Amino acid sequence: MTDKPKVGVYICHCGINISSTVDVEAVEEFALKLPSVKVARTYSYMCSDPGQALIKEDIKEQGLNRIVVASCSPRMHEPTFRKAIQEAGLNPYFLEMANIREQCSWVHEETEEATAKAKKLITASVAKVRLLEALEAKEVDAEPAALVIGAGIAGIQAALDIADAGFKTYLVEKTPSVGGRMAQLDKTFPTLDCSACILTPKMVDCASHPNIELLSYSEVEEIGGYIGNFDVKVRKKARYVDFDKCTGCGECAAECRVANRIPNEFDQGMGKRSAIYLPFPQAVPAKYTIDPENCLYLSKGKCGKSPKCQDVCGAEAINFEQEDEIVEFKVGAIIVATGFDPFDASRKPEYGYDDYPNVITGMEMERLVSASGPTGGKVMISNGEEEIEPKEIAFIKCVGSRDESVGNEYCSRVCCMYTAKQAHLIRDKLPDANIRIYYMDVRAFGKGYEEFYDRVRRENVRYIRGNPSEIFKRGNKLVVKAENTLTSTPVEDEVDMVVLGVGLEPRAEMRKVMDLLRLSQSPDKFFLEAHPKLRPVDTATDGVFLAGCCQGPKDIPDTVAQAKGAASSALIPLARGKVTIDAQVAEVNEATCRGCGFCVEICPYTAIEMTTVNRFGHEVEVARVNEALCKGCGSCSAACLSDSIQPKSFRDRQILPQIAALGVLK
Amino acid sequence: MSANNEPNIVAFLCNWCSYAGADLAGTSRVHYPSNVQVIRVMCTGRVNPLYVMNALQQGADGVLVSGCHPGDCHYMEGNYYARRRLGMLKDLMEFVGVDPRRFHMSWVSASEGHKWKEVVEKTVEDAREAGSFEGFRRRQIDW
Repeated sequence: MTDKPKVGVYICHCGINISSTVDVEAVEEFALKLPSVKVARTYSYMCSDPGQALIKEDIKEQGLNRIVVASCSPRMHEPTFRKAIQEAGLNPYFLEMANIREQCSWVHEETEEATAKAKKLITASVAKVRLLEALEAKEVDAEPAALVIGAGIAGIQAALDIADAGFKTYLVEKTPSVGGRMAQLDKTFPTLDCSACILTPKMVDCASHPNIELLSYSEVEEIGGYIGNFDVKVRKKARYVDFDKCTGCGECAAECRVANRIPNEFDQGMGKRSAIYLPFPQAVPAKYTIDPENCLYLSKGKCGKSPKCQDVCGAEAINFEQEDEIVEFKVGAIIVATGFDPFDASRKPEYGYDDYPNVITGMEMERLVSASGPTGGKVMISNGEEEIEPKEIAFIKCVGSRDESVGNEYCSRVCCMYTAKQAHLIRDKLPDANIRIYYMDVRAFGKGYEEFYDRVRRENVRYIRGNPSEIFKRGNKLVVKAENTLTSTPVEDEVDMVVLGVGLEPRAEMRKVMDLLRLSQSPDKFFLEAHPKLRPVDTATDGVFLAGCCQGPKDIPDTVAQAKGAASSALIPLARGKVTIDAQVAEVNEATCRGCGFCVEICPYTAIEMTTVNRFGHEVEVARVNEALCKGCGSCSAACLSDSIQPKSFRDRQILPQIAALGVLK
Repeated sequence: MSANNEPNIVAFLCNWCSYAGADLAGTSRVHYPSNVQVIRVMCTGRVNPLYVMNALQQGADGVLVSGCHPGDCHYMEGNYYARRRLGMLKDLMEFVGVDPRRFHMSWVSASEGHKWKEVVEKTVEDAREAGSFEGFRRRQIDW
């Protein structure tokens, strides 16, 4: 702060993104007249190598010691320019950005107003940059472990990659088994690999991997700390079955008094299970779990003379006294892979999903054609009167996707292909069935997808362009009412069965994860990534990454690719062993602190403590900031009665000049 | 107010939600009035109520503070502090005779580019109705 500020202002054209609306030459001329400004330049792309070189040269040759870059949002290129000025020997925090693209040239149409606003924003930036202080980022050790939340294919893949790289990985899964949605699928498009066949080896791997600690039937309760040093608290829910003793033999389930009476979640409620159950035959871990809501003993306190499961269990594994267990550990990085919920077809009442048993969803179809499903893979359906083998089958696509009426404007990206795949599977099982697919558009964008779609069409599956308006019953048939929009003819199509190609929605309980990790949602309500193109697996919370459908609908190849991306990003702090802590933390002026402790109470991170100092022979209490814990939010500062605690780079003396500068130019 | 009778508005936006939301409005090319000048802070919890008064004293006709939705604060609690402090300030402003239409507080998330436009339009419209602020202007300080 001893040097007199010599400011350089660099105004970016951003091609024509800025210069087509903002008169950059006029702004340059204006900037040169601002106090302390020694250099002002415009350039087509400031962020490019030559653009950065321009700044670096001026720093060296003109002796600039403060830089203002007027370009895009600091959320975009602040790190770029900090690095650039650091390379030229300047403290990286001697930078201020004026956002004249996202918040100026892109939102204002008239050159006059956009130019005037750009001038104001630059004035405020110059006002602030003169008073910025040199800061030094600190490094702290990173815990060499990771947490993965959700053990579907995304979570499994991410956990395996991190564990294979040699780091301890905690894989937390809410349900009793890993596998997620992919385990429920029959075949996968377009290769028709059996889903279980390609997934189960990975499920087994993640349970047996020496570096993976699998916490199934568990939920994350609390997450504190920051990148490199997250403190995690996980609740292992009581299974009422001794994990080590259970051999997975299944005698208990067969003897359960409510055996085959409880809808099986894994079969989308179409199959039945017992109160003590294994979600599906290949479940990992292969340990039974008692569902406390349906178990007579746990819900009613009585199960005949004695619970039968307990009587038959040779391993004496059943333990009704078992309680939830809290597990605590530290990790350096976190991957969120919480997946999706299928769209609830009841929200499109015109399709009669709640009214007719032979209107089913795509997820239910997966179970119906699966050899491990409730019908053993036979396509049989009730038409309300009897179980029949359907002859006339209709698929409807885009149910709950691309539909503003249910609030989902997005395309779910998998329904076109899973519908085509299911049509193919039915064709295999019922060669004489008449299959038609009602569609809006066919989006077969992936590798081998268009080819697969062509193949299905050649298998005598009719594609009818039109979005049905209604399904109703006529006799023992269902009538699909639509308009064939290619021929402009109304259609009343009598069928035995309708499959709704339901889309993907964010998990109903994603709110809980959002609150735990301070994540945001994008307009489609899935988790928001840090940048839609360049940081697709990062989040606004450092050290927290996204994988799979929790970030947006995607198919299995994309999910696995993203999981691998998230794993490699999470490995950066773990492999480095250190993380950089932002230097923009709060600082106390101990000479003026009155020791009231308001800031201590306010700090959400317990980063402030009272400490005793000697002031002219008197012991007085003052606040002191733990820089490793402080996140620099500044809430303490607004509460301080003597302005003694101030976040660096956002001090009163740095913000007030910005306010004044904006007033001057009214 | 400037010569063309346009209100001058200073806005304090939190880095994580509202500033990102305003950026999204830009990326989506949503057009809105140019009267609002943004000062970025890390959290609305940083906004000292005196900043609002300070802005009015130094040439602003209206002030806007916008942050994450309650419950969504990147720093867990900062926007709650802001809501309480600035809610109190708004009452105080009315008490000392400042038209409450000069001060707005809003919640705009990182995905609400369109909401940002609405908030700006409402803030500008209200400030325009309230007219030029001459209440307790301070001699322009040399910054």
